[in-house]
Amino acid sequence: MVKFLPLKQAVAENLNNGDSVAFEGFTHLIPTAAAHEAIRQGFRDLTLIRMTPDLIYDQMIGMGMAKKIIFSYVGNPGVGLLRRARDAIENGFPRSIEVEEHSHAGMANAYEAGAAGLPCAVFRGYRGAGLATVNPNIKSVTCPFTGEVLAAVPSIRPDVTFIHAQKADKKGNVLVEGIIGIQKEAVLAAKRAVVTVEEVVDNFDDLHPNLTVLPRWTIAAIAVVPGGSHPSYAHGYYARDNAAYLEWDEIAADREKFQAWMQAHVIEKSADDFAARVDHLRKAA
Amino acid sequence: MSDNQNPLGFTPNEMMTIAASRALRNDDVCFVGIGAPSAACNVARLTHAPDITLIYESGTIGTAPDVLPLSIGDGELCETAVTTVAVPEMFRYWLQGGRISIGFLGAAQLDKFGNINTTVIGDYFHPKTRLPGGGGAPEIATSSQEIYITMAQTKRGMVETIDFFTSFGHGEGGDHRQRLGIDTAGPTLLITDLAIWKPDPVTKEFTVVSLHPGVTRQQVQESCGWVVKFAEALDETPAPSELELNTLRDLQARTKAAHEGTGKAKAA
Repeated sequence: MVKFLPLKQAVAENLNNGDSVAFEGFTHLIPTAAAHEAIRQGFRDLTLIRMTPDLIYDQMIGMGMAKKIIFSYVGNPGVGLLRRARDAIENGFPRSIEVEEHSHAGMANAYEAGAAGLPCAVFRGYRGAGLATVNPNIKSVTCPFTGEVLAAVPSIRPDVTFIHAQKADKKGNVLVEGIIGIQKEAVLAAKRAVVTVEEVVDNFDDLHPNLTVLPRWTIAAIAVVPGGSHPSYAHGYYARDNAAYLEWDEIAADREKFQAWMQAHVIEKSADDFAARVDHLRKAA
Repeated sequence: MSDNQNPLGFTPNEMMTIAASRALRNDDVCFVGIGAPSAACNVARLTHAPDITLIYESGTIGTAPDVLPLSIGDGELCETAVTTVAVPEMFRYWLQGGRISIGFLGAAQLDKFGNINTTVIGDYFHPKTRLPGGGGAPEIATSSQEIYITMAQTKRGMVETIDFFTSFGHGEGGDHRQRLGIDTAGPTLLITDLAIWKPDPVTKEFTVVSLHPGVTRQQVQESCGWVVKFAEALDETPAPSELELNTLRDLQARTKAAHEGTGKAKAA
Protein backbone atom coordinates (compact mmCIF):
# COMPACT_ATOMS: atom_id res chain seq x y z
CA MET A 1 0.00 0.00 0.00
CA VAL A 2 1.19 3.51 -0.77
CA LYS A 3 3.23 5.39 1.82
CA PHE A 4 3.63 9.17 2.08
CA LEU A 5 7.35 9.67 2.71
CA PRO A 6 9.98 12.40 2.57
CA LEU A 7 11.65 12.20 -0.87
CA LYS A 8 14.98 11.12 0.61
CA GLN A 9 13.39 8.09 2.22
CA ALA A 10 11.12 7.30 -0.77
CA VAL A 11 14.20 7.09 -3.02
CA ALA A 12 16.31 5.16 -0.51
CA GLU A 13 13.58 2.55 0.02
CA ASN A 14 12.84 1.96 -3.65
CA LEU A 15 16.02 2.36 -5.70
CA ASN A 16 19.04 0.06 -5.56
CA ASN A 17 22.41 -0.13 -7.26
CA GLY A 18 22.09 -2.09 -10.51
CA ASP A 19 18.35 -1.45 -10.92
CA SER A 20 16.66 -0.73 -14.21
CA VAL A 21 14.87 2.53 -13.60
CA ALA A 22 12.63 4.89 -15.55
CA PHE A 23 12.33 8.55 -14.61
CA GLU A 24 9.57 9.33 -17.10
CA GLY A 25 7.87 12.50 -18.27
CA PHE A 26 7.40 13.50 -21.88
CA THR A 27 8.76 17.07 -21.67
CA HIS A 28 6.04 17.78 -19.07
CA LEU A 29 6.15 16.65 -15.40
CA ILE A 30 9.74 15.41 -15.51
CA PRO A 31 10.69 14.10 -12.04
CA THR A 32 13.77 16.29 -11.59
CA ALA A 33 13.68 16.42 -7.78
CA ALA A 34 13.57 12.61 -7.58
CA ALA A 35 16.48 12.32 -10.01
CA HIS A 36 18.51 14.82 -8.01
CA GLU A 37 17.84 12.84 -4.83
CA ALA A 38 19.07 9.69 -6.59
CA ILE A 39 22.21 11.58 -7.62
CA ARG A 40 22.80 12.71 -4.02
CA GLN A 41 22.46 9.13 -2.81
CA GLY A 42 25.07 8.09 -5.39
CA PHE A 43 23.57 4.99 -6.99
CA ARG A 44 25.72 3.02 -9.43
CA ASP A 45 25.34 0.69 -12.43
CA LEU A 46 21.82 1.79 -13.25
CA THR A 47 20.05 0.94 -16.49
CA LEU A 48 18.33 4.23 -17.29
CA ILE A 49 15.17 3.89 -19.36
CA ARG A 50 13.42 6.85 -20.90
CA MET A 51 11.97 7.98 -24.22
CA THR A 52 13.59 11.42 -24.08
CA PRO A 53 16.56 11.28 -21.67
CA ASP A 54 17.07 15.08 -21.54
CA LEU A 55 18.67 16.98 -18.64
CA ILE A 56 18.26 14.59 -15.70
CA TYR A 57 19.80 11.68 -17.59
CA ASP A 58 22.56 13.94 -18.92
CA GLN A 59 23.25 14.70 -15.25
CA MET A 60 23.13 11.07 -14.08
CA ILE A 61 25.29 9.90 -16.99
CA GLY A 62 27.73 12.75 -16.34
CA MET A 63 27.98 11.64 -12.69
CA GLY A 64 28.86 8.11 -13.79
CA MET A 65 25.71 6.41 -12.49
CA ALA A 66 24.59 4.65 -15.67
CA LYS A 67 25.89 1.42 -17.16
CA LYS A 68 23.24 1.36 -19.89
CA ILE A 69 20.64 3.66 -21.41
CA ILE A 70 17.49 2.60 -23.26
CA PHE A 71 16.02 5.57 -25.14
CA SER A 72 14.50 6.96 -28.32
CA TYR A 73 15.73 10.58 -28.44
CA VAL A 74 18.94 11.57 -26.68
CA GLY A 75 18.63 15.34 -27.19
CA ASN A 76 17.74 18.58 -25.41
CA PRO A 77 14.49 19.31 -27.28
CA GLY A 78 14.64 22.47 -29.35
CA VAL A 79 18.17 23.20 -28.11
CA GLY A 80 20.48 20.48 -29.40
CA LEU A 81 22.56 17.60 -28.17
CA LEU A 82 23.00 16.16 -24.69
CA ARG A 83 26.64 16.83 -24.14
CA ARG A 84 27.33 14.63 -21.10
CA ALA A 85 25.58 11.69 -22.81
CA ARG A 86 27.60 12.35 -25.95
CA ASP A 87 30.84 12.40 -23.97
CA ALA A 88 29.96 8.99 -22.52
CA ILE A 89 28.98 7.50 -25.89
CA GLU A 90 31.76 9.06 -27.98
CA ASN A 91 34.63 9.04 -25.45
CA GLY A 92 33.63 6.68 -22.64
CA PHE A 93 33.75 9.58 -20.14
CA PRO A 94 33.29 9.32 -17.18
CA ARG A 95 32.61 5.68 -18.09
CA SER A 96 31.51 3.86 -21.20
CA ILE A 97 27.82 3.04 -21.39
CA GLU A 98 25.84 0.47 -23.27
CA VAL A 99 23.23 1.91 -25.61
CA GLU A 100 19.90 0.40 -26.63
CA GLU A 101 18.13 2.71 -29.05
CA HIS A 102 14.54 2.65 -30.26
CA SER A 103 12.07 4.98 -31.93
CA HIS A 104 9.37 6.75 -29.90
CA ALA A 105 6.79 4.34 -31.30
CA GLY A 106 8.96 1.39 -30.25
CA MET A 107 9.40 2.68 -26.68
CA ALA A 108 5.73 3.67 -26.30
CA ASN A 109 4.58 0.25 -27.46
CA ALA A 110 7.14 -1.48 -25.23
CA TYR A 111 5.93 0.38 -22.13
CA GLU A 112 2.32 -0.37 -23.03
CA ALA A 113 3.17 -4.06 -23.38
CA GLY A 114 4.92 -3.93 -20.00
CA ALA A 115 1.82 -2.39 -18.41
CA ALA A 116 -0.30 -5.07 -20.08
CA GLY A 117 1.86 -7.90 -18.77
CA LEU A 118 2.89 -9.00 -22.26
CA PRO A 119 6.40 -10.22 -23.13
CA CYS A 120 6.70 -8.08 -26.24
CA ALA A 121 5.05 -5.34 -28.30
CA VAL A 122 4.01 -5.73 -31.91
CA PHE A 123 3.54 -2.73 -34.18
CA ARG A 124 4.09 -1.46 -37.71
CA GLY A 125 7.51 0.13 -37.37
CA TYR A 126 11.20 0.40 -38.23
CA ARG A 127 10.60 -0.26 -41.94
CA GLY A 128 13.76 0.61 -43.82
CA ALA A 129 15.18 2.08 -40.61
CA GLY A 130 18.82 1.55 -39.66
CA LEU A 131 17.99 0.96 -35.98
CA ALA A 132 16.69 -2.49 -36.81
CA THR A 133 20.20 -3.42 -38.03
CA VAL A 134 22.11 -2.20 -34.93
CA ASN A 135 19.69 -3.10 -32.11
CA PRO A 136 19.30 -6.87 -31.64
CA ASN A 137 16.16 -6.20 -29.57
CA ILE A 138 14.31 -5.10 -32.70
CA LYS A 139 12.96 -8.20 -34.39
CA SER A 140 9.98 -9.02 -36.58
CA VAL A 141 6.94 -11.27 -36.43
CA THR A 142 4.49 -12.31 -39.12
CA CYS A 143 0.80 -11.71 -38.52
CA PRO A 144 -0.86 -15.16 -38.43
CA PHE A 145 -4.00 -13.75 -40.09
CA THR A 146 -2.73 -11.46 -42.86
CA GLY A 147 0.92 -12.44 -43.33
CA GLU A 148 2.02 -8.85 -42.74
CA VAL A 149 5.52 -8.59 -41.28
CA LEU A 150 5.51 -6.40 -38.18
CA ALA A 151 8.16 -5.11 -35.78
CA ALA A 152 8.50 -6.69 -32.35
CA VAL A 153 10.36 -5.30 -29.33
CA PRO A 154 10.61 -6.68 -25.79
CA SER A 155 8.28 -5.08 -23.26
CA ILE A 156 9.78 -2.60 -20.80
CA ARG A 157 9.47 -3.63 -17.16
CA PRO A 158 11.56 -1.35 -14.94
CA ASP A 159 12.44 -2.35 -11.39
CA VAL A 160 11.22 1.09 -10.42
CA THR A 161 9.57 4.06 -12.15
CA PHE A 162 9.63 7.65 -10.89
CA ILE A 163 7.13 10.24 -12.12
CA HIS A 164 5.99 13.70 -11.07
CA ALA A 165 2.28 14.60 -10.96
CA GLN A 166 0.01 17.47 -10.01
CA LYS A 167 -1.93 16.09 -7.06
CA ALA A 168 -2.43 13.22 -4.69
CA ASP A 169 -5.50 12.88 -2.51
CA LYS A 170 -5.16 11.94 1.14
CA LYS A 171 -5.60 8.26 0.35
CA GLY A 172 -2.71 8.36 -2.13
CA ASN A 173 -4.54 8.31 -5.46
CA VAL A 174 -2.60 10.41 -7.99
CA LEU A 175 -3.90 12.81 -10.66
CA VAL A 176 -1.92 13.48 -13.86
CA GLU A 177 -3.24 15.99 -16.41
CA GLY A 178 -2.08 18.03 -19.40
CA ILE A 179 0.48 16.30 -21.59
CA ILE A 180 0.25 12.91 -19.90
CA GLY A 181 3.01 11.34 -21.98
CA ILE A 182 3.96 7.78 -21.13
CA GLN A 183 3.75 8.08 -17.33
CA LYS A 184 0.71 5.89 -16.71
CA GLU A 185 2.22 3.04 -18.73
CA ALA A 186 5.64 3.51 -17.08
CA VAL A 187 4.07 3.21 -13.61
CA LEU A 188 1.95 0.18 -14.47
CA ALA A 189 4.89 -1.54 -16.20
CA ALA A 190 7.18 -1.20 -13.16
CA LYS A 191 7.61 -3.42 -10.12
CA ARG A 192 7.56 -0.31 -7.90
CA ALA A 193 6.52 3.27 -8.56
CA VAL A 194 7.42 6.45 -6.71
CA VAL A 195 5.50 9.66 -7.38
CA THR A 196 6.41 13.21 -6.41
CA VAL A 197 3.43 15.61 -6.39
CA GLU A 198 2.87 19.34 -6.24
CA GLU A 199 0.30 19.08 -3.45
CA VAL A 200 -2.04 16.82 -1.48
CA VAL A 201 -5.77 17.58 -1.49
CA ASP A 202 -8.54 16.13 0.67
CA ASN A 203 -10.23 14.19 -2.13
CA PHE A 204 -10.85 14.04 -5.89
CA ASP A 205 -14.65 14.29 -5.61
CA ASP A 206 -14.92 17.28 -7.95
CA LEU A 207 -12.74 15.87 -10.75
CA HIS A 208 -14.01 14.89 -14.16
CA PRO A 209 -14.33 11.07 -14.28
CA ASN A 210 -12.18 10.70 -17.41
CA LEU A 211 -9.04 12.29 -15.99
CA THR A 212 -5.91 10.21 -15.62
CA VAL A 213 -5.80 8.90 -12.09
CA LEU A 214 -3.40 6.26 -10.84
CA PRO A 215 -5.11 4.37 -8.00
CA ARG A 216 -3.17 4.33 -4.73
CA TRP A 217 -2.52 0.59 -4.86
CA THR A 218 -0.42 1.01 -8.04
CA ILE A 219 2.11 3.20 -6.20
CA ALA A 220 4.73 2.37 -3.56
CA ALA A 221 5.50 5.86 -2.27
CA ILE A 222 4.42 9.48 -2.68
CA ALA A 223 6.59 12.46 -1.74
CA VAL A 224 5.26 16.01 -1.76
CA VAL A 225 7.76 18.23 -3.60
CA PRO A 226 6.30 21.52 -4.86
CA GLY A 227 8.22 22.62 -7.96
CA GLY A 228 9.73 19.13 -8.21
CA SER A 229 9.58 19.15 -11.98
CA HIS A 230 11.70 22.25 -12.61
CA PRO A 231 12.99 23.17 -15.25
CA SER A 232 10.23 21.06 -16.79
CA TYR A 233 6.75 22.17 -15.78
CA ALA A 234 3.51 21.20 -14.09
CA HIS A 235 0.46 22.17 -16.12
CA GLY A 236 -1.71 24.55 -14.06
CA TYR A 237 1.08 25.22 -11.54
CA TYR A 238 4.11 26.71 -13.29
CA ALA A 239 5.47 27.16 -16.81
CA ARG A 240 8.40 25.43 -18.49
CA ASP A 241 11.70 27.22 -17.82
CA ASN A 242 12.84 27.32 -21.43
CA ALA A 243 15.74 29.61 -20.53
CA ALA A 244 17.13 26.92 -18.19
CA TYR A 245 17.13 24.41 -21.06
CA LEU A 246 19.06 26.89 -23.20
CA GLU A 247 21.54 27.49 -20.34
CA TRP A 248 22.08 23.76 -19.80
CA ASP A 249 23.68 23.46 -23.22
CA GLU A 250 26.55 25.66 -22.07
CA ILE A 251 26.90 24.11 -18.61
CA ALA A 252 27.05 20.56 -19.94
CA ALA A 253 29.51 21.43 -22.72
CA ASP A 254 32.41 21.60 -20.26
CA ARG A 255 33.35 18.77 -17.86
CA GLU A 256 34.53 21.07 -15.05
CA LYS A 257 31.69 23.52 -15.38
CA PHE A 258 29.29 20.58 -15.23
CA GLN A 259 30.87 19.25 -12.01
CA ALA A 260 30.77 22.67 -10.37
CA TRP A 261 27.10 23.11 -11.34
CA MET A 262 26.19 19.67 -9.99
CA GLN A 263 27.98 20.40 -6.72
CA ALA A 264 26.23 23.74 -6.22
CA HIS A 265 22.74 22.89 -7.52
CA VAL A 266 22.32 19.20 -6.70
CA ILE A 267 24.82 17.78 -4.19
CA GLU A 268 24.58 20.71 -1.76
CA LYS A 269 20.81 21.14 -2.16
CA SER A 270 17.71 19.26 -1.10
CA ALA A 271 14.19 18.60 -2.33
CA ASP A 272 13.03 21.65 -0.33
CA ASP A 273 14.85 23.96 -2.74
CA PHE A 274 12.55 23.24 -5.67
CA ALA A 275 9.61 25.40 -4.56
CA ALA A 276 11.69 28.58 -4.79
CA ARG A 277 12.99 27.65 -8.24
CA VAL A 278 9.51 27.90 -9.77
CA ASP A 279 8.26 31.03 -7.98
CA HIS A 280 8.88 33.25 -11.00
CA LEU A 281 7.26 30.68 -13.31
CA ARG A 282 3.97 30.36 -11.41
CA LYS A 283 2.56 33.59 -12.80
CA ALA A 284 3.17 32.42 -16.36
CA ALA A 285 1.29 29.14 -15.91
CA MET B 1 24.51 32.67 -46.46
CA SER B 2 21.40 31.60 -44.63
CA ASP B 3 21.00 34.60 -42.38
CA ASN B 4 22.05 37.31 -44.80
CA GLN B 5 19.20 39.38 -46.00
CA ASN B 6 19.18 39.60 -49.78
CA PRO B 7 18.47 42.83 -51.68
CA LEU B 8 14.81 41.80 -51.93
CA GLY B 9 14.29 42.26 -48.20
CA PHE B 10 14.02 38.70 -46.87
CA THR B 11 16.52 36.06 -45.80
CA PRO B 12 16.96 32.67 -47.50
CA ASN B 13 15.69 31.03 -44.28
CA GLU B 14 12.55 33.17 -44.35
CA MET B 15 12.00 32.20 -47.99
CA MET B 16 12.42 28.53 -47.05
CA THR B 17 9.91 28.72 -44.21
CA ILE B 18 7.35 30.64 -46.26
CA ALA B 19 7.71 28.35 -49.30
CA ALA B 20 7.15 25.38 -46.98
CA SER B 21 4.10 27.01 -45.40
CA ARG B 22 2.53 27.47 -48.85
CA ALA B 23 2.72 23.73 -49.51
CA LEU B 24 0.29 23.04 -46.65
CA ARG B 25 -3.46 22.87 -47.27
CA ASN B 26 -6.31 23.94 -45.04
CA ASP B 27 -7.54 20.35 -44.67
CA ASP B 28 -4.13 18.82 -43.92
CA VAL B 29 -3.46 16.90 -40.74
CA CYS B 30 0.19 17.57 -40.11
CA PHE B 31 2.65 15.86 -37.76
CA VAL B 32 4.99 18.72 -36.91
CA GLY B 33 8.70 18.61 -36.09
CA ILE B 34 10.45 21.34 -34.09
CA GLY B 35 12.38 24.11 -35.87
CA ALA B 36 11.65 25.19 -39.45
CA PRO B 37 8.75 22.70 -39.86
CA SER B 38 7.03 24.13 -36.78
CA ALA B 39 7.49 27.70 -38.04
CA ALA B 40 6.18 26.79 -41.52
CA CYS B 41 3.11 24.99 -40.17
CA ASN B 42 2.17 27.87 -37.90
CA VAL B 43 2.68 30.48 -40.64
CA ALA B 44 0.33 28.40 -42.81
CA ARG B 45 -2.22 28.34 -39.96
CA LEU B 46 -1.94 32.10 -39.48
CA THR B 47 -2.28 32.90 -43.20
CA HIS B 48 -3.96 30.71 -45.83
CA ALA B 49 -4.76 27.55 -43.83
CA PRO B 50 -6.61 28.61 -40.64
CA ASP B 51 -8.22 25.19 -40.15
CA ILE B 52 -5.10 23.06 -40.60
CA THR B 53 -4.73 20.41 -37.89
CA LEU B 54 -1.30 20.53 -36.26
CA ILE B 55 -0.20 17.54 -34.19
CA TYR B 56 2.95 17.37 -32.07
CA GLU B 57 4.25 14.00 -30.90
CA SER B 58 3.73 14.90 -27.22
CA GLY B 59 0.06 14.12 -27.87
CA THR B 60 -1.41 17.55 -28.65
CA ILE B 61 -3.96 17.33 -31.48
CA GLY B 62 -5.24 20.43 -33.27
CA THR B 63 -2.97 22.83 -31.43
CA ALA B 64 -2.74 26.57 -32.19
CA PRO B 65 0.20 28.04 -30.23
CA ASP B 66 0.64 31.81 -30.05
CA VAL B 67 4.42 31.35 -29.83
CA LEU B 68 6.52 28.56 -31.33
CA PRO B 69 7.30 25.86 -28.77
CA LEU B 70 10.95 25.32 -27.79
CA SER B 71 10.17 21.62 -27.31
CA ILE B 72 7.42 19.39 -28.68
CA GLY B 73 5.83 19.40 -25.21
CA ASP B 74 5.57 23.07 -24.22
CA GLY B 75 2.47 23.85 -22.15
CA GLU B 76 1.19 26.26 -24.79
CA LEU B 77 0.59 23.33 -27.14
CA CYS B 78 -1.69 21.55 -24.69
CA GLU B 79 -3.53 24.71 -23.65
CA THR B 80 -4.52 25.52 -27.23
CA ALA B 81 -5.15 21.97 -28.51
CA VAL B 82 -8.52 20.44 -29.38
CA THR B 83 -7.46 17.46 -27.25
CA THR B 84 -4.30 15.95 -25.78
CA VAL B 85 -3.75 12.20 -25.78
CA ALA B 86 -1.16 9.86 -24.26
CA VAL B 87 1.99 9.14 -26.24
CA PRO B 88 1.15 5.47 -26.97
CA GLU B 89 -2.21 6.54 -28.37
CA MET B 90 -0.54 9.21 -30.50
CA PHE B 91 1.71 6.67 -32.17
CA ARG B 92 -0.79 3.81 -32.38
CA TYR B 93 -4.16 5.31 -33.26
CA TRP B 94 -3.22 8.57 -34.95
CA LEU B 95 0.09 7.95 -36.73
CA GLN B 96 0.06 4.18 -37.30
CA GLY B 97 -3.70 4.40 -37.87
CA GLY B 98 -3.00 6.38 -41.04
CA ARG B 99 -4.69 9.61 -39.94
CA ILE B 100 -1.77 11.94 -40.70
CA SER B 101 -1.65 13.48 -44.19
CA ILE B 102 1.72 15.23 -43.93
CA GLY B 103 4.73 14.35 -41.79
CA PHE B 104 7.07 17.31 -41.72
CA LEU B 105 10.71 16.45 -40.99
CA GLY B 106 14.09 18.13 -40.81
CA ALA B 107 17.43 16.39 -41.33
CA ALA B 108 21.06 16.51 -40.23
CA GLN B 109 22.06 14.51 -43.34
CA LEU B 110 19.88 13.95 -46.40
CA ASP B 111 20.52 12.03 -49.61
CA LYS B 112 19.01 12.57 -53.06
CA PHE B 113 16.31 9.93 -52.43
CA GLY B 114 15.01 11.68 -49.29
CA ASN B 115 16.56 9.29 -46.79
CA ILE B 116 17.28 11.08 -43.52
CA ASN B 117 19.98 10.71 -40.88
CA THR B 118 19.60 12.34 -37.45
CA THR B 119 21.35 9.56 -35.50
CA VAL B 120 25.15 9.58 -35.86
CA ILE B 121 27.93 11.03 -37.97
CA GLY B 122 30.43 8.22 -38.54
CA ASP B 123 30.07 4.61 -37.44
CA TYR B 124 27.05 3.82 -35.25
CA PHE B 125 29.07 2.00 -32.60
CA HIS B 126 32.00 4.45 -32.63
CA PRO B 127 30.37 7.71 -33.70
CA LYS B 128 32.31 10.83 -34.57
CA THR B 129 29.23 12.78 -33.47
CA ARG B 130 26.31 11.30 -31.59
CA LEU B 131 23.14 13.16 -32.71
CA PRO B 132 19.81 12.99 -30.83
CA GLY B 133 18.40 10.10 -32.88
CA GLY B 134 15.08 9.45 -34.50
CA GLY B 135 12.44 10.11 -31.85
CA GLY B 136 9.18 9.78 -33.73
CA ALA B 137 10.71 10.10 -37.20
CA PRO B 138 11.26 6.44 -38.25
CA GLU B 139 7.51 5.80 -38.14
CA ILE B 140 6.44 9.31 -39.19
CA ALA B 141 8.43 8.64 -42.39
CA THR B 142 6.53 5.45 -43.20
CA SER B 143 3.05 6.00 -41.69
CA SER B 144 2.26 9.59 -42.80
CA GLN B 145 0.59 9.73 -46.21
CA GLU B 146 3.30 12.09 -47.50
CA ILE B 147 6.56 13.53 -46.16
CA TYR B 148 7.78 17.09 -46.57
CA ILE B 149 11.41 17.79 -45.72
CA THR B 150 12.96 21.13 -45.01
CA MET B 151 16.62 22.02 -44.43
CA ALA B 152 19.17 24.73 -45.16
CA GLN B 153 21.54 23.54 -47.89
CA THR B 154 25.14 22.64 -47.06
CA LYS B 155 27.56 20.14 -48.59
CA ARG B 156 27.88 18.45 -45.20
CA GLY B 157 24.13 18.10 -44.90
CA MET B 158 23.15 17.08 -48.43
CA VAL B 159 25.35 14.09 -49.11
CA GLU B 160 25.73 11.27 -51.63
CA THR B 161 25.55 8.63 -48.89
CA ILE B 162 24.11 9.21 -45.42
CA ASP B 163 25.93 7.62 -42.47
CA PHE B 164 22.78 6.11 -40.95
CA PHE B 165 19.21 5.43 -42.14
CA THR B 166 17.23 7.06 -39.33
CA SER B 167 14.14 7.55 -41.49
CA PHE B 168 13.53 5.77 -44.77
CA GLY B 169 12.72 7.99 -47.74
CA HIS B 170 12.80 6.34 -51.15
CA GLY B 171 15.73 4.04 -50.23
CA GLU B 172 17.67 3.29 -53.40
CA GLY B 173 14.94 5.00 -55.44
CA GLY B 174 12.37 3.56 -57.84
CA ASP B 175 9.90 1.20 -56.15
CA HIS B 176 12.07 0.49 -53.08
CA ARG B 177 9.32 1.59 -50.66
CA GLN B 178 6.77 -0.78 -52.17
CA ARG B 179 9.31 -3.62 -52.09
CA LEU B 180 9.57 -3.13 -48.32
CA GLY B 181 5.79 -3.22 -47.96
CA ILE B 182 5.46 0.52 -47.25
CA ASP B 183 2.29 1.81 -48.89
CA THR B 184 2.61 5.55 -48.21
CA ALA B 185 4.06 8.07 -50.70
CA GLY B 186 7.19 9.03 -48.72
CA PRO B 187 9.06 12.27 -49.41
CA THR B 188 7.12 14.27 -52.02
CA LEU B 189 8.63 17.67 -51.39
CA LEU B 190 11.98 19.10 -50.27
CA ILE B 191 12.19 22.78 -49.49
CA THR B 192 15.61 24.29 -48.89
CA ASP B 193 16.76 27.87 -48.39
CA LEU B 194 17.60 27.96 -52.11
CA ALA B 195 15.04 25.90 -53.99
CA ILE B 196 11.99 23.66 -54.12
CA TRP B 197 12.63 20.02 -55.08
CA LYS B 198 10.30 17.19 -56.03
CA PRO B 199 11.10 13.52 -56.64
CA ASP B 200 11.32 12.28 -60.23
CA PRO B 201 8.15 10.21 -60.82
CA VAL B 202 10.17 7.11 -61.81
CA THR B 203 13.64 7.25 -60.22
CA LYS B 204 12.41 9.19 -57.13
CA GLU B 205 15.57 11.30 -57.19
CA PHE B 206 14.93 14.83 -55.90
CA THR B 207 14.92 17.31 -58.79
CA VAL B 208 14.93 21.10 -58.48
CA VAL B 209 11.61 22.45 -59.80
CA SER B 210 11.80 26.03 -58.55
CA LEU B 211 14.62 28.40 -57.62
CA HIS B 212 13.99 30.99 -54.94
CA PRO B 213 14.30 34.63 -56.14
CA GLY B 214 17.88 35.60 -56.98
CA VAL B 215 19.25 32.05 -56.59
CA THR B 216 21.33 30.51 -59.40
CA ARG B 217 21.71 26.88 -60.46
CA GLN B 218 25.37 27.18 -59.56
CA GLN B 219 24.56 28.18 -55.95
CA VAL B 220 22.30 25.17 -55.58
CA GLN B 221 25.01 22.84 -56.91
CA GLU B 222 27.78 24.39 -54.81
CA SER B 223 25.92 23.73 -51.58
CA CYS B 224 24.86 20.18 -52.43
CA GLY B 225 26.95 17.01 -52.17
CA TRP B 226 25.43 15.22 -55.16
CA VAL B 227 25.12 16.15 -58.85
CA VAL B 228 21.92 18.16 -58.93
CA LYS B 229 19.19 17.51 -61.51
CA PHE B 230 17.08 20.46 -62.63
CA ALA B 231 13.62 20.22 -64.15
CA GLU B 232 13.33 21.28 -67.78
CA ALA B 233 10.70 23.86 -66.91
CA LEU B 234 12.34 25.54 -63.94
CA ASP B 235 10.11 27.98 -62.02
CA GLU B 236 11.00 30.90 -59.81
CA THR B 237 9.47 30.71 -56.33
CA PRO B 238 7.27 33.77 -55.75
CA ALA B 239 8.89 36.11 -53.22
CA PRO B 240 7.26 36.28 -49.77
CA SER B 241 4.27 38.58 -49.59
CA GLU B 242 4.16 41.32 -46.99
CA LEU B 243 1.53 39.35 -45.06
CA GLU B 244 3.63 36.15 -45.07
CA LEU B 245 6.80 37.94 -44.03
CA ASN B 246 5.11 39.95 -41.29
CA THR B 247 3.34 36.86 -39.96
CA LEU B 248 6.61 34.92 -39.74
CA ARG B 249 8.56 37.79 -38.18
CA ASP B 250 5.86 38.54 -35.62
CA LEU B 251 5.72 34.86 -34.69
CA GLN B 252 9.49 34.68 -34.25
CA ALA B 253 9.62 37.93 -32.25
CA ARG B 254 6.91 36.64 -29.87
CA THR B 255 8.76 33.33 -29.59
CA LYS B 256 12.12 34.93 -28.79
CA ALA B 257 10.60 37.17 -26.12
CA ALA B 258 8.75 34.25 -24.54
CA HIS B 259 11.76 31.93 -24.37
CA GLU B 260 14.09 34.57 -22.97
CA GLY B 261 11.39 35.87 -20.64
CA THR B 262 11.65 33.05 -18.16
CA GLY B 263 15.38 33.69 -17.82
CA LYS B 264 14.96 37.43 -17.28
CA ALA B 265 12.31 36.95 -14.64
CA LYS B 266 14.60 34.56 -12.82
CA ALA B 267 17.43 37.06 -12.75
CA ALA B 268 15.11 39.83 -11.51
